[in-house]
Amino acid sequence: MEFGLDKPLVDIQNLTFRRGDRVIYDDMSMQFQRGKVTAIMGPSGIGKTTLLRLIGGQLKPDSGKILFEGADIPKLSRQDLYQARKKMSMLFQSGALFTEMSVFDNVAFPIREHTRLPEAIIRTMVLMKLEAVGLRGARDLMPGELSGGMARRAALARAIALDPQLIMYDEPFAGQDPISMGVIVRLIRSLNDALGLTSIVVSHDVAEVMSIADYVYVVAERRVIGHGTPEQLRRHESPLVQQFLQGQADGPVPFHFKAADYATELMELSR
Amino acid sequence: MLKQIQQLGANTLGTLQGLGRATLMLFGALWGRPRPLKNWHLYMKQIYVVGVLSLLIILVSGLFIGMVLALQGYTVLAKFGAEQMLGPLVALSLLRELGPVVTALLFAGRAGSALTAEIGLMKATEQLSSMEMMAVDPLRRVIAPRFWAGVISMPLLALIFNAVGILGGHLVGVDWLGVDAGGYWSAMQANVDFQQDVVNGVIKSIVFAFIVTVIALHKGFDAVPTSEGISQATTQTVVTASLAVLGFDFVLTAVMFGG
Repeated sequence: MEFGLDKPLVDIQNLTFRRGDRVIYDDMSMQFQRGKVTAIMGPSGIGKTTLLRLIGGQLKPDSGKILFEGADIPKLSRQDLYQARKKMSMLFQSGALFTEMSVFDNVAFPIREHTRLPEAIIRTMVLMKLEAVGLRGARDLMPGELSGGMARRAALARAIALDPQLIMYDEPFAGQDPISMGVIVRLIRSLNDALGLTSIVVSHDVAEVMSIADYVYVVAERRVIGHGTPEQLRRHESPLVQQFLQGQADGPVPFHFKAADYATELMELSR
Repeated sequence: MLKQIQQLGANTLGTLQGLGRATLMLFGALWGRPRPLKNWHLYMKQIYVVGVLSLLIILVSGLFIGMVLALQGYTVLAKFGAEQMLGPLVALSLLRELGPVVTALLFAGRAGSALTAEIGLMKATEQLSSMEMMAVDPLRRVIAPRFWAGVISMPLLALIFNAVGILGGHLVGVDWLGVDAGGYWSAMQANVDFQQDVVNGVIKSIVFAFIVTVIALHKGFDAVPTSEGISQATTQTVVTASLAVLGFDFVLTAVMFGG
């Protein structure tokens, strides 16, 4: 497929997505450039994971386009969608390793499913991927025997097993201790640069994201409220963006969930 | 009153939607060219998990049900001096009715619940989603082998159940209560018809196998991916599958033996 390398790998245009009556995204647009780490930040509960599922074609938008290499993902036939998915991969928050297989077999799984390579070559490929995430020695362990950070790295090795063009990270830093957080931050950057990947990181860990991302979208209230390089964002004028970046409890995003008047409600109870 | 009617309507619609989703799931799993050669180890593994591991409970239950049948039947038959009819009594009860039905009920409890819990947990831990993102269809990779394993295993388990039950009846009737061994077997031979009794029983258990397996797989695949959702789905599998088996048993019996 001839496709301009200067064009974004993933191009989201005027995306609207509803879940039931609730609007998750309203006319939102985003571009993800090739070879870059692009981050999507925002408060939890705004459907950041949903966005990754939309790009992966697991959900269909109500309107708008999601272009991957120029092909509109929601309009692809089932077969084309599966072909497109071979070029992308996703690192789930839980790792989502197959619990009944060893680490080695987990990483070998996509290779065995999609190629007819001899076992010796598969072994070499798996060991290379595991080496890249530093888990070559853990290949015979079962997922249950891994720590949370190791499980996520093993899942990362599986995600890059077929050398995808796009890799999507769903909250890669959530629930990690500082050391494994540092390891994952480094891995995302180094894998992106070494393998020529395009990375999308969804997260609400401001410091980590700002340190590795080339470009950041801040999403809140169903749309993009600010975007730019980390430098540009730090100088962004929107109070909402600033509240999020600096982690202030109260501000444009109120501390209190929408509720009736406090005093009135207390009076009702005592009555 | 209006509320109850609304509830009834909602329940009916829910059931119909569930049926629709189950059909879609089955269609997605079985449609297209099957690749048993590439995935034969998956099929083998599931037949082992679903079928072989259910053997023990089937053997023990079959034996005891056969023994109880002989004991109960003997006391009644002895009143009429018809002890030599014990063989056909045990064999026909098992082949026509108890074999398929009890096997299906045990299978729903033993293998069906396990299938639901396994698939529900795979869904909750995003294993199914990640498989999909790796361009591997979970319906083909996960659902199809389990479906075939259930449909192949259960009729075989029912036949084993019948055989063990008949031996159990022999143990009690002949070895303990003193019915003539030759009479036990020859009366059975004379009164059991292959087409009418054996084949119909097997057809029943194939139908039950289909029902139980599809319900178990669907409940797991459709489970709310939380611990509470999975526990509910597992319970529902056993309850729904058992009731469906009993309901269909009545219909099938009426069609096969009613006329």
